[in-house]
Amino acid sequence: MSGQVKPIKEKDVTFIQGVKDCIPTLIGYISIGIAAGVVGASSNLSIAEVTILSALVYAGASQFIICALLASASPISAIILTTFIVNFRHLLLSMTVAPTFTIYSSIKNIGFGILLTDETFGVASTKIANRQYINDKWMNGLNVTAYVSWIISCMLGAIFGKWISNPEPFGLDFSLTAMFVALLILQLQHQKHSKLKLYLSLIVYVVLFMIILSMLMPSYIAILISTIIGATIGVIQDK
Amino acid sequence: MNVNLTILFIIMGCAIVTIIPRITPFILIRNIKLPKIIIKWLSFIPVCIFTALIVDSFIVQEGSIISIDWFVLAAILPTLIVAIWTKSLSLTVIVGILSMAAIRLLF
Repeated sequence: MSGQVKPIKEKDVTFIQGVKDCIPTLIGYISIGIAAGVVGASSNLSIAEVTILSALVYAGASQFIICALLASASPISAIILTTFIVNFRHLLLSMTVAPTFTIYSSIKNIGFGILLTDETFGVASTKIANRQYINDKWMNGLNVTAYVSWIISCMLGAIFGKWISNPEPFGLDFSLTAMFVALLILQLQHQKHSKLKLYLSLIVYVVLFMIILSMLMPSYIAILISTIIGATIGVIQDK
Repeated sequence: MNVNLTILFIIMGCAIVTIIPRITPFILIRNIKLPKIIIKWLSFIPVCIFTALIVDSFIVQEGSIISIDWFVLAAILPTLIVAIWTKSLSLTVIVGILSMAAIRLLF
């Protein structure tokens, strides 16, 4: 994302400009993609399966979660329901960006939607917030660059993960948990100071519910119920 | 290059439920408006689910008895510190992996 705001001529807003605007986010895509590929391989997915997963689901956090649930032999219904809940936040991202593109056809809009991620949302919404002109070509340049980099990184990660036959001594199985720790902290980073206390109390509630519920039910149900209770407490306490 | 059919079905199911919230606003943007309370509820989901997943990683279930995987819990500590300090996904993952490897090597 470029720091300074300068007036841009419409003819300069090209596919190539979209590609260039994607570059700062690529370090994130590549490192997380490789990690996701390694985790997929250590969850006994084949390289082809990891590649298909990254091409079709194309969402970092939920790919980690899907691998974790597959490794713990969760039922299909629980995996799909969890993925739905985890990725439902994309609705909020899409709702923010979609009004900018209403002049384009439905097919183009479906394309923008399918390829929208936290990062491309970040780049596009910054442009929108700065009142910089963006168009369909630019958005496709941004989206396609991110998408291709993601799939290649996941595939390389899976190849790397298969090459090391037992990832445990190298601590690679922990990459999943480490990722969740980082995502949790990044979530908190954007909160106002006044809200931080609420979030910290929700974390304590979720930890307690997870420990209690894990004695009573399989972990994938405990994860869902603890999350739903936590978010509900959040709504009740946040006045 | 082998693809298990069950895995493929799971991936396709996950893809469909991921694509629906992504594209719906792009198709219906003029009509859609979620109630405020739902938007607020959704805003708390990421923090809660990440917390739940972290806790799940250090709980070991054996029937109705649970125990704690102290190695994982010990590795979470430096990982958490690096996450707060650097706010970097890649650095956190690297330090996490190294911490876990070091703990397994030492104990």
